[in-house]
Amino acid sequence: MTVHNLYIFDRNGSCLHYGEWNRKKQAGISKEEEFKLMYGMLFSIRSFCSKMSPLDMKDGFLTFQTSKYKLHYYETATGVKIIMNTDLGVPNAKDILHQIYSTLYVEYIVKNPLCVLGEQLSSDLFSTRLDLYIRALPFFSPRAA
Amino acid sequence: MAIFSVYVVNKAGGLIYQYDNYVPRAEAEKTFSYPLDLVLKIHDEKVVVSFGQRDGIRGIKFIVLADPRQSGIDSLLRKIYEIYSDFALKNPFYSLEMPIRCELFDQNLKGALEIAEKAANFGPGS
Repeated sequence: MTVHNLYIFDRNGSCLHYGEWNRKKQAGISKEEEFKLMYGMLFSIRSFCSKMSPLDMKDGFLTFQTSKYKLHYYETATGVKIIMNTDLGVPNAKDILHQIYSTLYVEYIVKNPLCVLGEQLSSDLFSTRLDLYIRALPFFSPRAA
Repeated sequence: MAIFSVYVVNKAGGLIYQYDNYVPRAEAEKTFSYPLDLVLKIHDEKVVVSFGQRDGIRGIKFIVLADPRQSGIDSLLRKIYEIYSDFALKNPFYSLEMPIRCELFDQNLKGALEIAEKAANFGPGS
């Protein structure tokens, strides 16, 4: 059980943070293109889910999985999107992503007067704390599955 | 009830089969107790028909919309694929990538959905 990587996007689609722990295969495209691809794909999937839903949606799109990995998605009311790719053994990670937002992002970025929102986050404290948090997750194991 | 819809999409992206099963739940308060996010599974298939045709068919997608509590969707998708190959591909009057208008396909599909729903109900219920 492991976490592969994590993205944080703001409401305009720019990637604020990207962290990688256990990624085995690179995408073959530049990081910028990968961020755009990820944001565009999620935007389309959310729109697709809301249109296809036979009932009223409460939460909307939460996760998708393939035979190899599972992608967890969490969006705040302000448009900040947190995406985490894990392996298949991880159940609902929504609470974890919510924790990341409230205890890490809000504490170290939003409340930081030197961080300009909307640009790549340059807070070392945030990066190290996020790294520690991910490594402390019960389903994280450093060796690749 | 627990399985809402089944769609089959061909290689070009056109919808060739659609089956909707929204049971209109008249009790509006019941709707809130639903887990309101859906499990959406897409199953990309590679099919080779050895029925006199040489075409290898790729890119057929089966989509099932179901309640998140519903289990056994993987086997349901496999079953739908079996039914597709039995009643659509082997039907001499059906041409590939065209909308599926085969009665036996419809009947067997509904049967498979009922079996899947019943199996799911017995599982968590008992």
